Amino acid sequence: MLDIQAIRNDFPILTQTVNGKPLVYFDNAATSQKPQVVIDAISNYYGTINANIHRGVHTLSQLATDAYEQSRQKIQTHLNAKHNYEVLFTAGTTHGINLVAHGFAAFVKAGDEVMVSAMEHHSNIVPWQMLCERTGAKLTVIPMNEKGELIIEEFEKLLTEKTKIVAVNHISNSLGTINPIEHIIKKAHEVGAAVLIDGAQAAPHLKIDVQALDCDFYTFSGHKTCGPTGSGVLYGKEEWLEKLPPYQGGGEMIKEVTFEKTTYAGLPHKFEAGTPHIEGGIVLGTAIDYLNSIGLDNIMAYENELLRYGNEKLQEIEGIRFIGTATKKTSVISFNVGEIHPYDIGAIVDKMGIAVRTGHHCTQPVMNFFNVPGTVRASFAFYNTKEEIDALVLAVLKAQRMLG
Amino acid sequence: MSIKEIQDEIIDEFSMFEDWEERYQYVIDLGNSLPLVDDQYKTEDNIIKGCQSKVWLHGEQQDGNIVFTADSDAILTKGIIAILIRVFSNQKPTDILEADTKFIDEIGLKEHLSPTRANGLVSMIKQIKMYALAFSAKS
Repeated sequence: MLDIQAIRNDFPILTQTVNGKPLVYFDNAATSQKPQVVIDAISNYYGTINANIHRGVHTLSQLATDAYEQSRQKIQTHLNAKHNYEVLFTAGTTHGINLVAHGFAAFVKAGDEVMVSAMEHHSNIVPWQMLCERTGAKLTVIPMNEKGELIIEEFEKLLTEKTKIVAVNHISNSLGTINPIEHIIKKAHEVGAAVLIDGAQAAPHLKIDVQALDCDFYTFSGHKTCGPTGSGVLYGKEEWLEKLPPYQGGGEMIKEVTFEKTTYAGLPHKFEAGTPHIEGGIVLGTAIDYLNSIGLDNIMAYENELLRYGNEKLQEIEGIRFIGTATKKTSVISFNVGEIHPYDIGAIVDKMGIAVRTGHHCTQPVMNFFNVPGTVRASFAFYNTKEEIDALVLAVLKAQRMLG
Repeated sequence: MSIKEIQDEIIDEFSMFEDWEERYQYVIDLGNSLPLVDDQYKTEDNIIKGCQSKVWLHGEQQDGNIVFTADSDAILTKGIIAILIRVFSNQKPTDILEADTKFIDEIGLKEHLSPTRANGLVSMIKQIKMYALAFSAKS
């Protein structure tokens, strides 16, 4: 059992009032709040060891480099990657996907296919569309059913030798669906396709083992896992990272530069051009330590309890319609109430101190599929409570009364 | 009435409300009660797509003034549109170009004109000014 009050005390932002009411933060799928250890680590970095890394022979540079590389190792262990150089620091999930999609132009030609799913975030659609535009490849889309689950039979039909890469999310940001990625990865490999998993919504909730999954790429954002914004990770299998051309040119990513020819540095530096987000990379390690100190299994179990409670309580609201009712899902509840526009509900519950996300959640195709302009999305984290869910229900009921 | 006079009148009306609930209820009532735009103008050309709610805006010249009509799919947005139309419609293009929307802060609805709300209202005000600019260039 988690001591939620003790956990809440780790997050200074949660003690605030917003619009005169205690803050209820239910926008965790957009970004998580940061515990004090993370906030302190940011300050400690700048207060003690700030220096540019991988360059200087001076002590501070050594200390900063060590801390950065230790964090990489920590993340390697956390993801169970085979090598530390398979862990690339990025600016976040979007950056990771773009890095791979850009490089894949080297392996994709006209007539080939690139596969995404119907429930992807725009950042796991647009980079692949750009790849298709550049190469003449075709984008194929795994469809979903009314519950917001991928239709696996259709996926298997779509998958052919022409498919070069399959890019799907582990967990949907607007629906909360947990996708059967183990199966998708296995099937894709049978036809020789690579697989990229967008793990932005999974990393804060699940233990990820990239070797057991056997995925070729796995990417997530630091800011959704209690870490700093602008930090993130792209895991790639060594063989792929060796083959993949560099994404950005600059300092740090080179071995030798002459005006005639430049040779690139080895992994991971080939993909880390320029001075990176040093503090972000280091403190992402702190955030992962924090999550592990609570235990991702404990986090998942408690969040499932919040999901069950939230579904049960919100159900009592007349006219509520849940969008995304997959059998396997995380603590994301997307809903609409009658004909009320999600914007109106979001604006009113905000007045009562409750932060939910409203709109299309960067998944317009999902909203089109369900024929709604958007949804209200409450996404729970391990520092949320049942009392906060009660406050949400009351606030939605009040919004319904005012708007009805 | 001039734009300034109408704005002062609205500030005066809102000063009677005690809390956000009364203010919002009034905005919701405005949104519910006013037919704001003729269906024939709810076209793709007139749509301003906010990230969250949609706004339709139509402007036409009448006796040297511009008459605006508008609509939205969200009620709060529609209510604020009603207020903005009351201020900007039936005014001279040059007066519209000179006017600002600071009064929205004073009536406690500032957050709805914040770009992060993505409700199309910021773009709508820009569009109102564009109409004024276009019509003032013509006249």
